[in-house]
Amino acid sequence: MKQTGGTPFWRDVRFWRVAGQVAAVVLVVLVAAYLYGNLQHNLQQKGLGLGFGFLRLAASFDIKELPIPYRPSDSYGRAFLVGLTNTARIVLAGIPLATLLGILIGVARLSSNWLVRQLSLLYVEVLRNTPLLLQLFFWYFGVIIRLPRIQSRLELPGPVYLSNRAVAVPWPASTEATGAWLVAAALGLVAAFTVWRRRTRLMVERGGGGQPGLAALATLGLALGGAWALTGAAPFAWNLPRVADGIRFEGGARLSPEFAALLMGLVLYTAAFIAEIVRGGVLAVSRGQWEAARAVGLRPFLVLRLVVFPQALRVIVPPLTSQYLNLAKNSSLAVAIAYPDVVSVGTTTYNQTGRAVEVVILLMATYLSISLFTSLVMNVYNRSVQLVER
Amino acid sequence: MDPQPQAGKASLQRSRALPQPGEGPPPAPRLGAVGWVRQNLFSTWYNGVLTVVCVWLLYAAGTRVLAWVFATAQWTVVRVNLRLFLAGRYPQDQTWRIWAVVLFVAGLGVASWAAWNAARRHPAAAWFRRRLPLAWFLSFPVVVWLVRGGAGLPVVDTSLWSGLLLTLLLAVVGIVGSFPLGILLALGRRSSLPAVRALSILYIETVRGVPLITILFMAQVMFPVFMPEGVRPDRVLRAMAGLVLFTSAYMAENVRGGLQAVPRGQVEAAMALGLKSHLVVLLIVLPQALRAVIPAIVGQFISLFKDTSLVAIVGLSDLTGIARSILAQPQFLGRYAEVYLFVALVYWIFSYSMSLASRRLERQLGVGER
Repeated sequence: MKQTGGTPFWRDVRFWRVAGQVAAVVLVVLVAAYLYGNLQHNLQQKGLGLGFGFLRLAASFDIKELPIPYRPSDSYGRAFLVGLTNTARIVLAGIPLATLLGILIGVARLSSNWLVRQLSLLYVEVLRNTPLLLQLFFWYFGVIIRLPRIQSRLELPGPVYLSNRAVAVPWPASTEATGAWLVAAALGLVAAFTVWRRRTRLMVERGGGGQPGLAALATLGLALGGAWALTGAAPFAWNLPRVADGIRFEGGARLSPEFAALLMGLVLYTAAFIAEIVRGGVLAVSRGQWEAARAVGLRPFLVLRLVVFPQALRVIVPPLTSQYLNLAKNSSLAVAIAYPDVVSVGTTTYNQTGRAVEVVILLMATYLSISLFTSLVMNVYNRSVQLVER
Repeated sequence: MDPQPQAGKASLQRSRALPQPGEGPPPAPRLGAVGWVRQNLFSTWYNGVLTVVCVWLLYAAGTRVLAWVFATAQWTVVRVNLRLFLAGRYPQDQTWRIWAVVLFVAGLGVASWAAWNAARRHPAAAWFRRRLPLAWFLSFPVVVWLVRGGAGLPVVDTSLWSGLLLTLLLAVVGIVGSFPLGILLALGRRSSLPAVRALSILYIETVRGVPLITILFMAQVMFPVFMPEGVRPDRVLRAMAGLVLFTSAYMAENVRGGLQAVPRGQVEAAMALGLKSHLVVLLIVLPQALRAVIPAIVGQFISLFKDTSLVAIVGLSDLTGIARSILAQPQFLGRYAEVYLFVALVYWIFSYSMSLASRRLERQLGVGER
């Protein structure tokens, strides 16, 4: 019964597997080649070539917000770098603030207080169901720009000054003692954490009180007291904002209206999503876990710290990562309120040079690296909180 | 044979009338108004403090907001421009077509709702319910024909599409257009052919890694240079293409979730029956996968609906764009808060009602419980 001719190739699955892949690749290459041909033709008509040489030309446009030195006579590359730094600034400030506010509101959603629950629900439903762009417009044009001028500024305790030209807040400035304090604080934190874990373990193993929190606080206090005794000075001096000549702020950290509005919009919007993630994560821990933890006699705080939180984190961390990525990507809306982030600088560059392809490639590369970096960091963290299966 | 179920039924009825000890949840304690307040607002001392602080905040914010809404705010800007917000610059004499679209979609919505609820009792309703996705899919070209014109109706140029009309059109076109592309990408990502998988992953991850505004920017400035000479798609079409390319990557991930939810046994059983592999995908895998991801797709639609506001940045007159151009008129200068709050309310009503509907749908499909 041996088959003489073998299987014909069109009935052989191995052939079709290879053919399918070749066809897919050829199709993609053909489309790419066609588009590239069009591109070449169109660029020739405009008298442009492809290449990143233009980055060395003088940018000759002004940027309002300068974390690093820049003059209009500097190159496009330098201008791009300024935009990059501005994007990094907003993302680095936004992520911790959004996380804090999100956790706060997520916990409020689970509160036993009816009013707190309803208010946090209102916050989440309003902020999640309107476009971020609109919220940014509202905060910038409707609130920040409408603040009084510097001459008649609003003053909050701190002092924090609110005006339509800048928001000025106190900012710590380093002194000679700062280094010693930092070392002492780091050592103290490590020691306090070790003490806390040790005493908690003892408490879990043997039962009875161990006062882990108190012991940890005492350790930290001891370390900071040592620093105080050693240097005899405060860790840092507050650099307070003040009004010079009645028309401008000096000292402190001065946030531009654009930065303040963008930060506010991003943090409030992202916090609404983080709140729902936190709430979902805590709810995902089954009731039995709470009850069992209480039944073995753990105190309410330890129930959260040892039983609920580690399990909730497993659920929380992956979606939290994508919210961080969303915040980074949403920071590109800065262009709408003229905060000079990387997209804004890129758009100006395109308008001046007509280099559409290069600018888009640069922007995509920027955001892809930001996404990749954030995912990497969060994946490492995620691995540390995930369940270790035996 | 018979008595046992009967007895079971009887005991069930009895237990419903009068709960036996140890059956069912404990009865809810009866609370008066005072008891409710004590339990929900002042259960502990810190809850009491929180309640007082919240009430004070509500009072302080509430009185100020009400004073602003009814005394300070000037709502003429909204009243005068209402048509502009909703229908944009659509020609006055053709407005009936938009009303026709609204009636058509509302009618289809009511019919779907009725079919959904009456499917148990009427076979005709059940028949219609099974074809609901198809009906909605087929309604799409009708809507496009009514808005755009052609085939008997005068053509309305896309440059006149604006306001809420454009926002809704962009969202619908984005989701409908990304559907086939998303399914293809999802199947490609789960394919066993390395080259196809790599290409799909490359596309999905690249698009998901960059902000929508870059894609829209690309669609506006890069599409023209990649097209052959003489082909210049207009701005609205380019924005639609950008939205479709963007959404299809997210759609692919949604569909992939559904594909992963289909048990292996289904594929194996279908192959054991002798179905060809494309039939296995079309008849067995996709129907189950897509049913599982309907709520996720609604979520995608809501997020796309909000994201369409970004086309205002690249110069289109959607709801947000119209708001900006109204604010640029000298007689409405400085009315930012009023206009943006009104526009936000419109977005909110749409998004919130869709998310309510989606939650209901999710419960009815029982997707979360598997």
